[in-house]
Amino acid sequence: MNELHPLTQAIIAGRSKEIAGLINQCLAAGEKAESIVENRLVPGMMTVGEKFKRNEIFVPDMLIAGRAMKEALKILEPLLVNPDSKPEHSAVIGTVEGDLHDIGKNLVAMMWRGANIEVIDLGVNVRPARFLEAVLQHKPNLLGLSALLTTTMPAMRNTVKAIRDAGVAVKVVIGGAPVTQEFAREIGADGYSPDAGSAVDTAMALLNGKACLAGQDKDVHALPIPGHL
Amino acid sequence: MHYQSLAISDPAELTFGLAPKPVTTRSGMVIGGGTVYPELNFTLPPIAVDAGTMPEVRRNYEQIIEGALRRAAELEAPGVVIEFETLPPMTEHPAWGLEIVKVLLEGLQREKDRSGLKGVLRMTPNDNREFERPPLMRHGRYWDAMLELFEGGAAAGAELLSIESVGGKELHDEALVNGDLAASLFSLCILGERDMRFLWTHLRKIADKQGVKCAGDTACGFGNTAMVLAEQKMIPRVFAAVVRAVSAVRSLVAYECGAVGPGKDCGYENPILKAITGFPMAMEGKTSACAHLSPMGNLAAACCDTWSNESVQNIKLLGGMAPTCYMEQLVYDCRLMNTARSHGKESARQLQRWLVESDVATDPQAFIISPESAVELARVIVGSDSHYHAGAAVARKAVELLRGAHAKRGLRIAPNELVWFDSMQNTLDELPESESEFIARQLALADRSRFLPEEYGLEG
Repeated sequence: MNELHPLTQAIIAGRSKEIAGLINQCLAAGEKAESIVENRLVPGMMTVGEKFKRNEIFVPDMLIAGRAMKEALKILEPLLVNPDSKPEHSAVIGTVEGDLHDIGKNLVAMMWRGANIEVIDLGVNVRPARFLEAVLQHKPNLLGLSALLTTTMPAMRNTVKAIRDAGVAVKVVIGGAPVTQEFAREIGADGYSPDAGSAVDTAMALLNGKACLAGQDKDVHALPIPGHL
Repeated sequence: MHYQSLAISDPAELTFGLAPKPVTTRSGMVIGGGTVYPELNFTLPPIAVDAGTMPEVRRNYEQIIEGALRRAAELEAPGVVIEFETLPPMTEHPAWGLEIVKVLLEGLQREKDRSGLKGVLRMTPNDNREFERPPLMRHGRYWDAMLELFEGGAAAGAELLSIESVGGKELHDEALVNGDLAASLFSLCILGERDMRFLWTHLRKIADKQGVKCAGDTACGFGNTAMVLAEQKMIPRVFAAVVRAVSAVRSLVAYECGAVGPGKDCGYENPILKAITGFPMAMEGKTSACAHLSPMGNLAAACCDTWSNESVQNIKLLGGMAPTCYMEQLVYDCRLMNTARSHGKESARQLQRWLVESDVATDPQAFIISPESAVELARVIVGSDSHYHAGAAVARKAVELLRGAHAKRGLRIAPNELVWFDSMQNTLDELPESESEFIARQLALADRSRFLPEEYGLEG
């Protein structure tokens, strides 16, 4: 088995203080910035994502690795040919009207960002009209709706209706403790995530044009890559 | 600290149904006086709550109270606590919340007249203050409406006042996902402590004016959020267990301000508080599986004085409406505990041991609230000179207890969690001795867009 490059290891372990020195060593050895990103940093974050997926590490570990990745990108960005490349996909997310529970929504936003999806977070207690306004403004690929209370599930229905009535082409994913796949189907959502951990799979399946509500697509193994947290 | 010694120092005495300072209700229930009572909580099925749906909302609560109390009476429950935890619109529009208070009190009175069933209503307004972001903790329309509901409910006859207060939560969620114990301490023991003191001082005035009781608060939005995140494998269970221990310092403030119990059901930190205060506590465990998983389903009952289901939707099950079915389960759970106690101290002690032993080694969160751990943690808290020092000391003690139990093979901890012991210890070792220095350090690190220091009496 090939031993990982020290920079890759530093990313995985989240050792931010070592990043600058290790990058300078790579550059001094003649390695291009693009190569450092592709061959040293991304494999590190892929490993972090895989470890999280296998329940070997926790969200705080991912965030620490993500901070090390940020540190690395801060140094390398001026040297990259195309430093401003934007994520391919985007999402608007929020907790529906009448509900203020947001830790689940925040985790989904974090996971999606980790999967290189640009996320616009509208916060909590978001009215259907505000969701529609944001969708029209940002034209995202995904719309994520969260609710924790049974009594705010109707607000989820109203939001989906507002989006559908406006004829906007956006994939709607819903989640939260009282929400079910059956409810998602009933209100016309495109996807349902039982928890934050599976929200990336659901998003990727929808972005790849797969139907999600018949059951979770087991072929999809998109990993959270928290380099963009 | 207000409490400088323990009310219960022997873990064997930290047991179900008995509290050194019992609470007697108007109907004659003596909570903590030797009997464990069922405490039922419930919520609506998926319907919006607004002016247009209030008749349907009301019908739901009428159905819930009628069916659940009838079942309790049929099963000869010694008495019941009914908890009304309002939904956000019912706190925002106190008239709606008070309408339901009336429905529930009338239901309790009807069943008392019919069968003699004793009952008491605990009112728990939803803490809406975090609807504002950043939250206004001490004024504003959400604050005013919440106090109006407390006052109106108490005047109507809700005898026990409770809340799941949220002071400090705006920073604590992030502390959890970052595994940041220092930020958790800041949220719980600096912000939470200040908010609880402000809030419960007001609630005490209302209770005194209306002749009702301040019951207690809970670190639900803190400790239970950690518990759920741990269950989803987002954060380590050992971290959640230490946060639980620290959360006791925050919840204690309600009792320092005049609360007398029974403590709120979802406060899994309640065994620690019972050891300190001697007041009776509500607990929930296996019979709250309808609301959420907990890794201490049996152990949580070891020192309960009321036994709760946390919350269940009013939906139809084969055995009847869900709240009715859950009342039945609670009554049977309590009947077993009360039967054990009726056979004498040794029988009760035996059941307490079984409840503890069945869970204690399986999860650090169960271990940390076992009677043995709870008494040790409580001792550390009362031996501290401030809430900040108590939080830091109880976290250290929790780490020490968890490490020790794991080393003696008395507690299973996943291998990938063990590194967190050193990480938490390092954080604790780096804490400044001075509270003002700690506050200044955390204020410099905190995301100021999320909270307003002045709402906690801190200088920005």
